[in-house]
This record gives sequence, C-alpha cells and structure tokens, in this order.
Amino acid sequence: MTDIAAAAAVPQISPAADARLMLAAAARWRWWEFAVWIAALAAIVVFPRNLLLLNEIAILALFALSLDLILGFAGIVSLGHAAFFGVGAYAAGLLGKFGYGDPFLGLAAAAAVAAVLGFATSFLLLRGSDLTRLMVTLGIALMLLELANREAWLTGGADGLQGVTIGPVLGLFDFDLSGRTAYLYSLGVLFVLFLLARRIIHSPFGLSLRAVKQNPLRARAIGISVAVRLVAIYTLSAAFAGVAGALSAQTTQYVSLEVFDFIRSADVMLVLVLGGVGYLYGGIFGALIFKLMQDYLSAITPQYWQFWIGLVLVILVLAGRERIGAQLTRLFAPLLRWRRA
Amino acid sequence: MAELLGLDHVAAGYGLATVLNDISLSLADGRSLALLGRNGAGKTTLVNTIVGVTTMKGGAIRLGGRDITRLRPEQRAHAGIGWVPQERNIFKSLTVEENMTAVARPGPWTVARVYDMFPRLRERRRNMGNQLSGGEQQMLAVGRALVLNPRLILLDEPTEGLAPIIVDELLGALKRIIWDEGVSAIIVEQNAQKILSVTDDAVILDRGLVVYAGPSAALAADRDALETHFGVAGRAGGRGAA
Repeated sequence: MTDIAAAAAVPQISPAADARLMLAAAARWRWWEFAVWIAALAAIVVFPRNLLLLNEIAILALFALSLDLILGFAGIVSLGHAAFFGVGAYAAGLLGKFGYGDPFLGLAAAAAVAAVLGFATSFLLLRGSDLTRLMVTLGIALMLLELANREAWLTGGADGLQGVTIGPVLGLFDFDLSGRTAYLYSLGVLFVLFLLARRIIHSPFGLSLRAVKQNPLRARAIGISVAVRLVAIYTLSAAFAGVAGALSAQTTQYVSLEVFDFIRSADVMLVLVLGGVGYLYGGIFGALIFKLMQDYLSAITPQYWQFWIGLVLVILVLAGRERIGAQLTRLFAPLLRWRRA
Repeated sequence: MAELLGLDHVAAGYGLATVLNDISLSLADGRSLALLGRNGAGKTTLVNTIVGVTTMKGGAIRLGGRDITRLRPEQRAHAGIGWVPQERNIFKSLTVEENMTAVARPGPWTVARVYDMFPRLRERRRNMGNQLSGGEQQMLAVGRALVLNPRLILLDEPTEGLAPIIVDELLGALKRIIWDEGVSAIIVEQNAQKILSVTDDAVILDRGLVVYAGPSAALAADRDALETHFGVAGRAGGRGAA
C-alpha cells in the first residue's frame, strides 16, 4: 500500500497543461498560411474587377470548410450539406426581408438555426455505414427543399425570396455593386471561423476526432465518447454551413430554392476533393480552383464547362493527390532550400 | 485490502458464440494478476469482456464496488479501466504525442511522466503512429493507457512479437508501473515464465473456465501445474519467490 500512497502523493497535474506546448507547436502558423491570407486580402487591390467572383469563392470556401470539419476530421460523409446552407440562407434572408437587416444579427440567427437542425439530425448519423449517412443527409436536404417549395408564402417558393434588405456592415459599409464590401465582409467572416476551426482541430478534442475517424470502435475502447464528439462536430459544421448560406443571402440579397439543391451538396464535396480533405485549407484551395475553372471554362465552352471539371477530378483521383503533391514539392524544392538557408 | 475488480459468474462471447462460461475472480486494489492459458483458452475474451467489447451473456462485473456490467466501453474507460489491446491499436494518422493527448485525463500520469518511463517515446514524439517499430508501438499503447489515469490497466500479450531486448525493457517498465507506482494490472500472457516474476497472483484459463488461481510465486514453483497447463516446467521465478 505504501507504493499506492506514493503514487497518490504525486501532484495532480492536468494533462492539458502537459500537452499545451505540444498542441501550441502543432498549431503554429506556417509561412505559406500567412501568404494565403495576405494574398486573399491583396486580391482587393490586384483584382478590383473580380470582387463578386472573389466573394463567391470566399463563401464557397467557408461552405467547404464546414464540410471538411465532418468529412476530413470525423469521417462523416454527407450528400445533403446544402440543408444547412439553405436554412442559414433563409434565416438571414427572412430577417432581412422583415426589417432585421443587421448583417451580424443575420449571421448569428443563421448559425443558430443551422446548429439546431444539425444537432437534431446528428443523431440519425450515429448508427449505420457511410451509405446510410449519404442517404440520410441527402434525404434531409430533399425534404427541406420540398418544404421550402411548398411554403411559398414564407420562402417565395420557386420565385425565390425577394425584398431582402441588408443594412451596412458595422453601420458603416454598404453593400455596393462592385462587391468590395461583400468580399471584405465574407473574407472577414471566413477568417474568423477558420481561426475557430483551426483552434478546435488542434485541441485534444480535434485529435480525438481524428482517432474516431480512423477507428471508432478502437476509440471507444480507450475512453473516447464517439457519439458526443460526432454530435458536437456535426452541430458545429452545420452552424458554419449556415453562416455560409447567410453570407450568400446577405451579399446577393436574394435566396432561391437552389440553396437546398442536391447539386450544391455535390459541388461542395467536389470542391473539397479538389482542394484536399482533412487539413482545413482544402476548402479554400478547392473553392478557388473550382470557381476559377468555372469562370474561365464557362466563358470558353458555356455548355460543357463541367466536362473539364469532371476531367480534372478524374485525373486527380487516378493520379493521387500525394503523387501530385510530391511532384510539386520536388518542383519547389530549390525555393524551399533557399528559404531555409 | 479492498476489492478493485470483481467478476461474478461471467459468461460472455461474440455474437451467438459463448467463449467464457462461468468466470469468477477478484483482484484487490494495488495487486497484479497474470492471466495465463493456451491459445483459445479465452484470455483475450476475458480482457475484452472487462473492457466491454464482447457480448455479455450472464454474470456481473464490478469496479471499485460499482457495477459496470451495463456500461459502454468509453464509460468503463472513464470509470478507470485502461486497455492495452493485443493489436496495440495505435492511431496511425496521429503522432506519438497526439495519440496520448487525444485521450489524456487529469491525474498523476501525464504525457511527461510517460516519457520519463519510456524515454524512447520522447525521442519519437513527433513521429506518426505508422512510423514506429513494434516495441515503440507497444510502449505507446502502454503510455496511452496510463495517461487515461486508470485504476486498473489491462495488458493483452504485451510482449508478443517483440525482440528479446525490447521484451526485457518493457517488462522492466511494467515492474516499475506495478511495483513502484502501485497501478493494479491484469496481464495476459501465453508465456508463464516471462510474466510470473512481475505479478502477485496468477489465473490459468482453459476453454473458458478458471482451472487455477493462486499466488504467482506458488505457480512458478509448481512444476506439476506448469507441466499440466503449459507442457513446460519453466524456470519461472514468481514475484516474491526466493
């Protein structure tokens, strides 16, 4: 018993304190991350005529980031993520229509409504295989689409929600036709939510999510509450998607039934696959690639632009991202060596 | 000494198959137990049953006087059961440190203390789980169970497949954990010679039943029992044996 007493006499040290340094090191910003955000900000000056497109990219990036939280870090596949984008868009749009046009109020309402929907539906995903999850998420989005279509008195139905009026950001910056305010606003919201996601992913909670993704049965047996974590991250992801929907509604001042469309859910999955799953920046890079390709290719071949996006996707999957990444690393190796020197 | 773990007439298995028929045993707080037996005797199933990943068919399991029979695996882990599974179950996409941080709970065992116990892990702290040798993976599996700050640690064939020098190092660490730190443990082993010198008591399973229960030192000295159950009269020196 003396041994036990000796063990008990050891001061109770929180493992969080012990792990804080490691997590801080893992969460340290890398040079290219600074470059990404500086480039995003500099785009206002460099591409002043493309700010509306940039705004779309920022919104799609946030939407893809929300999917990355569940797909990339918890292994939850979804073909109905547009459900949360849609309820967020309608929440912010309806507030704007009925006189509550403060942008941040709209964002908060959208996040709350989407989070409630995400929390309620997350329990449907705790059991079953990936196929079950795909069907359940798809089904929820389809139900909401039909619900929005049927309740035309509220949503505008097939004509879309019109008369949305959004006030100036911080009471100072009106949404202008050039898209300058819209882009800065969307980029700012994307950045704040990205910081939050980054913080979560580099926390013990984030690490345990990755363990759950790798093997939920194994994770349970070593003390990780799988169900609690899946519900939590799904709810958070839904809130992020809701905010993306709200940004779309606020910056276009219009919401159509397409916000719930299956194509939107499929597109965001494609964006994430293009950019890479499970490292947070996949959504941003994927949105950039997807939107630029869409913009460029649709100008050349308006009817067949999706063919080329499909082709890129097939090449990416067949060649393997790791192999392409290794080639790029080799290409930029002299630059990296020079920087280290 | 107060009972830490108690099994009353436990019957368990996988799906419709029953592997354990009627197991009753008790482990006092601060004691260690070697769980021995041939292949297929039910050793791993017994450990898995305590962890909660088998199908209970009867009986009850208590931990510190609390009935944990109906608790889920993660709830049992939170109640104080640490598990080092046979296949180690290292998360390959996490680093050594992340594997431990993901599950760590408040208590005397911290990641830093695990590094003191296994300095090799400190050197490899930034390596991914799939970059570790078998011995390093086993050390990490033990460390990960310790940072959960369990009241009882279950080790399923911890020396399996390891080089002799690594086995010695690991057994040395297990002795320190059990003897010096007072952590209660159940260690599954096929090789009685290796483990009887580490544990206080021993249980031999055969076809899902307990066929021997007694002090490790007594079993180590009992050539007949070793011959009967393992076919070898090893030179096992039980803990506390002269």
